[in-house]
Amino acid sequence: MAEPKVKYDRQLRIWGDQGQAALEKSNICLLNCGPTGSETLKNLVLGGIGSITVVDGSKVEVGDLGNNFLVDESSLGQSKAKCVCSFLQELNDAVKAKYVEEYPDALIETNPSFFSQFTLVVATQLVESSMVKLDRICRNANVILIFARSYGLTGFVRISLKEHTVIESKPEHFLDDLRLNNPWPELKRFAEGFDLNVQDPVVHKHIPYVVILVKMADEWAKNHGGRLPSTREEKKEFKELLKAGMVAQDEDNYKEAIESSFKVFAPRGISSELQQMLNDSSAEVDSSSSDFWVLVAALKDFVTNEGGGEAPLEGSIPDMTSSTEQYVNLQNIYQAKAEADILAIERVARNTLKKIGRDPNSIPRATVKSFCKNARKLKVCRYRLIEDEFNSPNLPELQKYLTDEDYSIAMGIYILLRAVDRFAANYNSFPGQFDSAMDEDISRLKSTAVGLLNDLGCNSATLAEDLINEMCRFGAAELHAVAALVGGIASQEAIKLITRQFVPISGTYIFNGIDHKSQLLLL
Amino acid sequence: MADTSVQVQQPSRSRDLDKLLLRPGNLVGPRFEPGAELRDDLQAFAKVLVVGAGGLGCELLKDLALTGFRNLEVIDMDRIEVTNLNRQFLFRLEDVGKPKAEVAAKRVMERISGVDIVPHFCRIEDKDIEFYNDFSIIALGLDSIEARSYINNVACSFLEYDSDDNPREETIKPMVDGGTEGFKGHARVIMPGITPCFECTIWLFPPQVKFPLCTLAETPRTAAHCIEYAHLIKWDEVHRGVPFDPDNPKNMKWVYDEAVKRAELFGIPGVTYSFTQGVVKNIIPAIASTNAIISAACALETLKIATECSKTLSNYLTYNGSEGLHTKVTEFERDRDCLVCGPGIRLELDPSITLQKFMDLLEEHPKLQLSKASVTHRGKNLYMQAPPVLEEMTRSNLSLSLFNLMGKLPKDIVHVNGMTSKNDQRTSCLRKLRVVFKGVDGVTDMDTAGGA
Ligand SMILES: [Zn+2]
Repeated sequence: MAEPKVKYDRQLRIWGDQGQAALEKSNICLLNCGPTGSETLKNLVLGGIGSITVVDGSKVEVGDLGNNFLVDESSLGQSKAKCVCSFLQELNDAVKAKYVEEYPDALIETNPSFFSQFTLVVATQLVESSMVKLDRICRNANVILIFARSYGLTGFVRISLKEHTVIESKPEHFLDDLRLNNPWPELKRFAEGFDLNVQDPVVHKHIPYVVILVKMADEWAKNHGGRLPSTREEKKEFKELLKAGMVAQDEDNYKEAIESSFKVFAPRGISSELQQMLNDSSAEVDSSSSDFWVLVAALKDFVTNEGGGEAPLEGSIPDMTSSTEQYVNLQNIYQAKAEADILAIERVARNTLKKIGRDPNSIPRATVKSFCKNARKLKVCRYRLIEDEFNSPNLPELQKYLTDEDYSIAMGIYILLRAVDRFAANYNSFPGQFDSAMDEDISRLKSTAVGLLNDLGCNSATLAEDLINEMCRFGAAELHAVAALVGGIASQEAIKLITRQFVPISGTYIFNGIDHKSQLLLL
Repeated sequence: MADTSVQVQQPSRSRDLDKLLLRPGNLVGPRFEPGAELRDDLQAFAKVLVVGAGGLGCELLKDLALTGFRNLEVIDMDRIEVTNLNRQFLFRLEDVGKPKAEVAAKRVMERISGVDIVPHFCRIEDKDIEFYNDFSIIALGLDSIEARSYINNVACSFLEYDSDDNPREETIKPMVDGGTEGFKGHARVIMPGITPCFECTIWLFPPQVKFPLCTLAETPRTAAHCIEYAHLIKWDEVHRGVPFDPDNPKNMKWVYDEAVKRAELFGIPGVTYSFTQGVVKNIIPAIASTNAIISAACALETLKIATECSKTLSNYLTYNGSEGLHTKVTEFERDRDCLVCGPGIRLELDPSITLQKFMDLLEEHPKLQLSKASVTHRGKNLYMQAPPVLEEMTRSNLSLSLFNLMGKLPKDIVHVNGMTSKNDQRTSCLRKLRVVFKGVDGVTDMDTAGGA
């Protein structure tokens, strides 16, 4: 039956069959199923996640009916985890849904090994002390962790795991890999087969711009001691030469060549980000290294040897004005070079695997191929332990955020979201949770926040009074719209982490629902 | 009852929302009046129209219903399809084929008591303009530029200006608009006359680039070229006069087969059935999470517009979650000369002009070029192109004087609905015109007349 394929068509166009298979294999745990947690899971269940386990010890109250769509009047007084779980099951019967009627804080305390069965844990509405404990548990068990919290008109999302590596980062805007600044012999030879002074105007206007640029750059290098245009004047002159090569006004191929001439001027070799990855200590591989790092080690070898300073060729070309035949020929030239590069890297990788005592064929060919195709776009994301960030945040960044116009509100929210947990630990309720103590709570929250800033080493820093007041006004309310937004982000990050496609958030995303000037804080 | 020494709070559905609506705040709008009355008025009087019951619409209905709104209506002409089910969470497999608006309204009402949602299973153009004037706020969950443009036209047509060309507050019809594509999206607030309308910033939605026909016919290079050749050229050659139906699987299969043949002929890789559907139907990838994020932002702004319980988004939020997470707020500026949200085009007319002559003039007017016009004045149909019954009823007006038809007012606003050309495409549009009759000295100022 082809129905699931049709049902998931709109998302398969984003993450493909492989991404979908990863989602269907994964096992997710949700802690606390208030609206933030419920909305996170709702999005994942719709997308066809493998199995879910909802952990919540509370019963459904009247107030829950006003902010959580996954419970209704018939749920009153019943286990919230059970009700949420049964609605989620209704959304997609392909998902295996379970619930555990227990308070997450207690479970973290009493049964840490519970968490090791999951691919990913989404922990919502946890206070700081539980976050720190759970983080340590998941880090040791190598389980991906996402924290999400909604608090009044604010909230945050924070990922925690040791390391996340991505081959298919799928950036939206990325320069194509044409090597016009460093053409290899076959491409040069292909270009030599064209005559830019050909008499037939139809033939002239169908010469692919890649050929025009390779030939013109070659010509330039011959006249300039082997160098390509580098100064502003030289670049301008090069473009003038291109313009002079046009024989008619409507030659799109020459227009494309002029627009793309910067690809000739671009520096050769790999980006500094990729260089940094090659220099990473993880690229010194041993038997405990992941496939990703084994391939990075092979890439490093390739760049220094066969590659002559370049990464393997991507092998695809953009559409450009050309006759069909010449375009297909050009495509074949690029593909052949890409194939040769893959073979070279594969050879090194197999040798490396042998050296570190692994089966040389343990990395599938398809993985090597994808790795090579995406070599320029590889990503490594690493996350600090929550405890480390909380005890010793990156102080220069923190101070910069506090005073930067664009960041100060988000930074204020970050501090206050931590301060409300300290407040709760001291006074057994959140600031503004009850109407009667508002004024007292405001001054208490202020002194708690100041105390926290002092502990972090920001003695002179102050927070906007307005924001402190607002935080007390929120009184730990979990508003549905904020929860849906924060939960939406949490589910999006879960998808990126599980499919190993696209790039997850680094740092803490602070949601600012007051004016939507939300920010990512790297602390 | 109010014993402050004991912390007893009445159990209420509004437990969380009350914190925001009942308590004074510091970062709020100038007209925020916190209290139980605000919450009760929101429930009793605020009326929101959700346009579209798809990925955004389903979320919007749920979000608004859980954000204190109780009077909602939803309009959508589509029926539920299997491909909707990965994100449109109000629909189940057994609902396939049913009208989206009806099922969405029913599902939300089943779960949230006290909420009333009226569904409208029809095209947005099928409703007369006054229908839209009935709502406090219009929330747009659409995937087409044309539909956005139409609703924007309608909402802006209610806008009136005073003699200093300042918008009259009571005529402002606020809109919130969301849109998504894959991991990307936007949410915006449109206060006609104050913030840019959809038309002021139409450049944010550039028209889709089409392949030149000569490339398709002579020098195909990509899989998409082969597919579009089969779809746009070969189909007509073979099926003379029979229009291509993208929803007919047989038609789609035919295009796919032809595209495969062409690709093989030229040695071009990459034609698949799924890709063929994507190119031909211009399918926009869509996922649950992005829709949830954008709709929630829109619902939050709807609440802020209705209550001023916080600052409002000023005025355009973009979201991109594909590489990390980037959100950005941009404050776009109004186009003072905007034909849609500006004070309207002023037409000075001779009092003797007939309705027919007036309509001819609209067609010739360089800024309007409006044909097939239907004309309304203060909610009264002066001439309607359709339906046939109305056309017949109003046809006799064509030979009458416009001045008399407008109740001999020296100046007033007239709404005209018709067709205009934009980028070589015929689109329906609604225009607001300020009609002034030459040589008639009325005591009534146009602006007070317009505001009546
Ligand atoms: Zn405008």
